[in-house]
Amino acid sequence: MNDISLSRRAIVLSGLSAAGGLMIGVPAANAGPQPPVINDGTNPAKELTAFLIIEPDNTVTVRAPHQEMGQGTTTALAMLLAEELACDWTKVRVEYASANRNSRAGGNLYGRMQTVGSSGLRTSVTMMQQAGASARERLKVAAAQAWNIDPADCGVASGKCLHKASNRSLSYGALAAAAAAVQLDKEPAIKTPDQYQLVGKWTARLDTPAKLDGSAKFGMDAKVPGMVYAAVWSAPVYGGSVKSVDDTAIKGMRGIERVVTLKDAVVVVADRYWRAKKGLDALKISWDDGGFGAVDSASLAKDYLAALDKPMFSAEKKGEPDAAFAAPGAKVVEATYEAPFLSHSPMEPLNCTVALSADRADVWISTQGPMSVLQETAKATGLKPEQVYVHNHYVGGGFGRRGGATDELAQALAVAKEVGKPVKLIWSREQDIRRDRYRPQSFVRFRSALSADGKPGVLQAKIAVPSLIRGTGAPQEWQASEPMATECIQNNFYDWPARDIEVVLKNSHVPVSFWRGVGSSQNGFFIESFVDELAAAAGKDPYAFRHTMLTRPDAKGVLEAMAKHSDWGTPLPKGRGRGMAVIEAYGSVSGQVAEVTVSQDGKLRVDRVTCVLDPYHVANPNTVTQQMEGAVIMGLTAALWGEITIKNGAPVETNFHQYRMGKMADMPPRIDVHLVPSGGPRWGGVGEPGLGPLAPAVANAIYAATGKRVRRLPLMHADLKWA
Amino acid sequence: MITLTVNGKAHQLDVEPDAPLLWVIRDEIGLTGTKFGCGIAQCGACTVQIDGTPVRSCVTPVSAVKREITTIEGLSSGLKHPVQQAWLIEDVPQCGYCQSGQILAAAALLKTTPNPTDAQIDAAMTNICRCGTYPRIRKAIHRAAGQLPKGAKA
Repeated sequence: MNDISLSRRAIVLSGLSAAGGLMIGVPAANAGPQPPVINDGTNPAKELTAFLIIEPDNTVTVRAPHQEMGQGTTTALAMLLAEELACDWTKVRVEYASANRNSRAGGNLYGRMQTVGSSGLRTSVTMMQQAGASARERLKVAAAQAWNIDPADCGVASGKCLHKASNRSLSYGALAAAAAAVQLDKEPAIKTPDQYQLVGKWTARLDTPAKLDGSAKFGMDAKVPGMVYAAVWSAPVYGGSVKSVDDTAIKGMRGIERVVTLKDAVVVVADRYWRAKKGLDALKISWDDGGFGAVDSASLAKDYLAALDKPMFSAEKKGEPDAAFAAPGAKVVEATYEAPFLSHSPMEPLNCTVALSADRADVWISTQGPMSVLQETAKATGLKPEQVYVHNHYVGGGFGRRGGATDELAQALAVAKEVGKPVKLIWSREQDIRRDRYRPQSFVRFRSALSADGKPGVLQAKIAVPSLIRGTGAPQEWQASEPMATECIQNNFYDWPARDIEVVLKNSHVPVSFWRGVGSSQNGFFIESFVDELAAAAGKDPYAFRHTMLTRPDAKGVLEAMAKHSDWGTPLPKGRGRGMAVIEAYGSVSGQVAEVTVSQDGKLRVDRVTCVLDPYHVANPNTVTQQMEGAVIMGLTAALWGEITIKNGAPVETNFHQYRMGKMADMPPRIDVHLVPSGGPRWGGVGEPGLGPLAPAVANAIYAATGKRVRRLPLMHADLKWA
Repeated sequence: MITLTVNGKAHQLDVEPDAPLLWVIRDEIGLTGTKFGCGIAQCGACTVQIDGTPVRSCVTPVSAVKREITTIEGLSSGLKHPVQQAWLIEDVPQCGYCQSGQILAAAALLKTTPNPTDAQIDAAMTNICRCGTYPRIRKAIHRAAGQLPKGAKA
């Protein structure tokens, strides 16, 4: 990068580091003047490593290779580095690592930088720990050189190097410049968990203060000199296109610059967003339905159900399923389950700001994947990846919507090319819900056979679900199965003597994508409801039934903790009940117990949810607890009301008056979270494992309270009246 | 020209009478702590206070506003407001996008109802949080309850 582009950026990017890193957190103790702008590529002399800058005043800036969308990942990543560095935690702040720099380094500097699949921490644990340990050792060598002692005689504590024998100390800030030049012969070992002093302790989020006074900057808040605003309305039916646009009504309206017609969308560009939106609403647009106008939710359901009766791909076959069904006295249990399309609906609607020039593209966006934004921008503009700068912001909710397809980026780039000015394109909530890529509608048919003494001999499942990989741009019939389709069912952790898991990837014109929890969010409901059905058919307590089917100590530990903390087994009157569910997802074991009340006229209230999570290791119990609380609330919203229906090929729900969001009053008065990390070599995910158990725990509690088994989500369709 | 008083400062603005208050605050005055969430007064991300009363600015025409507006930026300096203090202690936010609106709604509730019951909190706090910070919001409101000094700004 040359000086000219740097000076231009200094004008453009107030509050952002010169390399595009956004300052994403100032601890309360440090609230006050912002530090000088830090850059990561043009002034390497200032940095200790690509992950770390230590200022002369001992401020430590950690570069986070993952995005902050609420999960607390950036605080946790900084904790892992700070643990090894042995710095003063109150002086730690975080900025985003630069996707541009990562690209220039061949993608090998910060890794994939994706924040998907609950992988933010677990894919970067060692990288952050090693970065901290390496920096600490280099600081020690620098101190030893200054004191002319053996580095082995140099200790560290709270941001200082110490020499006990001579009672001398030097701050990291004073040593950082010298340490940057130190080459280590070999990388130092990282700590073992028993040596942690910061990691594992309840720690305040670094991003909280900025989120309490309006200073936190989201993609929606990007402002670029000379930019115009764009409001967009896409074809109601995916696969449809623009037939004609009548813009008579907007002629002469204040601020309107022009109408841009894309293949499947119409965009109004104006000097202000509300003027662009007003103009858009006044256009008369005629749409083609792409030939999908006859498709609706009922026709899709019919197609899925028909698919269950057809031959499928065998994903897992173990033992002798046929023998289990044919065993004398076997009691066959069969049930078909159904889950709907769901919208992600992050609170920050999709938006993207782009500025293009002949030799450079700048993109301001809330994203879960800055590297894919960079690559897609390079592809769309014909620029080289190193000419693209992604200014990723705080993400106002992602839940998967901002991790795969970047529809808003493609539109913003197309419009910016057309108008020749920087463009800020904002999706309305209606556009955001209608043009979401949904969690798949899916169906599963289970069969099992119980022996005379009530033991399940087999798990048979036939799964019909759309492909998620297909939506990432891979060929339509990508392959016969994919992990997300069979998640939680294939390789299920119960000791089934025989398994027969089949799948068909059944696609429609309705686009699907990764929704928080992905396959586990619906398959968790399917499998754990069916296990409950088996317990009931065997005449056994749902906890005892599961306990006899589990040998893995981690899963058993979670199950036992669920029973202990939920008062499982204590009596409840009719109309009240407890239900449980436990799954393995994203490398963690996650279980929940729901306690519900169902009135005789069928009104459901969830009184209490007890969550137990074994993620093997916990960096920050504060944020992991938040993830569990949030998963219960998002999971309950989905379980109670979540459904996108299709009519005439198009989604029906357009905003929160139809796509209902759970509010404070709808939520259980009591949500208890118990973290039971059992250690070992790997770290589990925490962002998504809490979603899957919620719906089945509630549905199973409804069964305990009323004797009614719910096999279709959302629960609002179920008649729960009892007498 | 329209005159709008935001956080104690008067602004002369050349905007149409029907311009939504939300976008005027964000794009004309440049205060971006007030967020766009739904555009139909369902989610509350755009909540501001007008003379201490929570108002959803996305459906409020700018010409309808005759009194003083308080946005998140004007609630206090240095996070001194008891609600912000309680939010800090309970470490409420996750993604943070809805929190400006949540804080302004909570501050307004505590002004009229200094010691709210859970039912009163449920009734007043209708802002949507997709991340699910409701349990911590409830705790933070209880924490802040009764701590509002007399004559507090909001």
